[in-house]
Amino acid sequence: MTAAATASLRAGAGRRLLAGPATVPVALVALLLLAAAIGLGAGRYAIGLGDLVTIIGGWIGIGPGHAGVAETDWRVVELVRLPRLAVGMLTGAGLALSGAALQGVFRNPLVGPQLIGVSSGAAFGGALAILLVLGTAALIGLAFAFGLLAMLVVYLISRQDGRSSVLMLVLAGVVISAFFSALVSLAIYLADPTDTLPAIVFWLMGSFATANLDKVWIILAAMLVFGLPLLAMRFSINVLSLGDEEAEALGVRVERTRWIALIAVTGITAASVAIAGIVGWVGLVVPHLARMLVGPDHRALLPASALLGASYMIAVDTVARTLTPAEIPLGILTAIIGAPIFAILLRRSRNKGWN
Amino acid sequence: MIRVEELSFRYPRAVAPVFERHGFTVPPGGIFAILGPNGRGKTTLLKCLAGLVKPTGGRIAVEGAMGYVPQHFATPFAYSVRDIVVMGRARHVGLFGAPTRTDRDIAQRALAELGIERFAERPITGLSGGERQMVMIARALASEPEVMVLDEPTSSLDFRNQAIVLATLRRLRDRRGLTIVMTTHDPQHALEVADQALLMRGGADYDVGQAAAMLTEERLSALYGLPIQAATVTRSGRRTQTMVPLLGGDVMATARSVA
Repeated sequence: MTAAATASLRAGAGRRLLAGPATVPVALVALLLLAAAIGLGAGRYAIGLGDLVTIIGGWIGIGPGHAGVAETDWRVVELVRLPRLAVGMLTGAGLALSGAALQGVFRNPLVGPQLIGVSSGAAFGGALAILLVLGTAALIGLAFAFGLLAMLVVYLISRQDGRSSVLMLVLAGVVISAFFSALVSLAIYLADPTDTLPAIVFWLMGSFATANLDKVWIILAAMLVFGLPLLAMRFSINVLSLGDEEAEALGVRVERTRWIALIAVTGITAASVAIAGIVGWVGLVVPHLARMLVGPDHRALLPASALLGASYMIAVDTVARTLTPAEIPLGILTAIIGAPIFAILLRRSRNKGWN
Repeated sequence: MIRVEELSFRYPRAVAPVFERHGFTVPPGGIFAILGPNGRGKTTLLKCLAGLVKPTGGRIAVEGAMGYVPQHFATPFAYSVRDIVVMGRARHVGLFGAPTRTDRDIAQRALAELGIERFAERPITGLSGGERQMVMIARALASEPEVMVLDEPTSSLDFRNQAIVLATLRRLRDRRGLTIVMTTHDPQHALEVADQALLMRGGADYDVGQAAAMLTEERLSALYGLPIQAATVTRSGRRTQTMVPLLGGDVMATARSVA
């Protein structure tokens, strides 16, 4: 082959790379930036695009910075909207990532963090912490502990002959969710109507309204500790999704791999529940949308889900705080949007993947 | 090379073992066929070899890496054929790793070796049974095995695809020196490719030996409880031995007499 032919082949490969697989990641990143810009600017106190650019320029040391905009604008963006945006982004990315990983690990596109009991367990842990007035650290700790416990019990119930059937898993998830929901109700019933009762109720409905820098660090830490390993093991998740026996035959240590994935998912879900309450459906619906964009390969699906989840969460949160003068709790919106989408997906997928 | 000694398997809480004290040796580059009626533990024995099921007794020694081709393949995810074959590299990739360039090249060679590059980018869910079986063999091949174990590789395939799979197995043995163990319900397939055959009759009752000596009218008729007759077809100088089960007879009476 001549040098020219080789060069043209390389150029051809490069073109394919640009027109093909790279377009979707670029579009997803662009979508996230757009959502972030709208999220920072929109609200009861609207900030124009020009001022926003000046403020962001100021952060990275370009342009007039602080001096170029009104003090109030600067403060609103930096102290109110930015932490909230960061928490929303990381939560959305984490939940979508968790959902995509779970769907692979359980070989079923119809499971999510909510379905396997993690959310309800974490909800009870958090409600307990609020009831006993234990503070934020305990809230996060208990949310994680009970999230893990719930997931463990679900896994043990559904296990038969060393395998977990998906139907059993989902049914066990329903059982454990019902159990922890009852415990949450009990916590609400026992709560003091003047302070802890409303605190539990509003926390459960989900919101990023109380986002601050501390919460950003917590959710960021969860994403670094649990999200990065989950992202790194996405090829192993591919192999796991072939089924236990095949994965074992291909040389993957199935039990160990699955546990690592489940603990990572529990960590992310519990942290997001602790920070933002129950924000349902994101982990179920977003991976589906991502799969439509990049296909089923988890090597592409996990990062795509994280990016799309971040954009989705920011968009929903922006709607939640701008649609009406009073904020709509986030969990209500994600369910109102997510449930119908999921119903459509359920209809379309029929019976596939349930056993 | 595989050496099996005194191999037994019994399900937990079961009264009788599925098979008991089976022993055989497959030399390097040998093709070994396992035959027997349903439920006599062919698949279980295969899974013991592949390390997927722990035998309740006996010893297995396998020299070299093993590739396993399961009987059924089902994932709800529409992975591309290439993705599936790359997963054959899992053993070399590690828990937090990703397939490297070398892994992708090896997967590509496996696709080429089986002549299935043309549908490498198609989703596995849209393939025919025959195409899918070739993908499964390619995936096992991508793990660079010295031994390949296949569970009924020709079942649920049409005639042409049966022939393709059998020819592929023979070629892999001839070119790569692969040692192959397969189960089958078709004695003709065993006669076509296997050097040795194991007949599993249940419990400790088995026979193992040269394929031609094992796959006779008498032994097969006794094995399956139904008269089976050999027929030789010669065409263009090539002799094909077939084993014809006489399906029209009173099978129920035979079954009663066997019981």
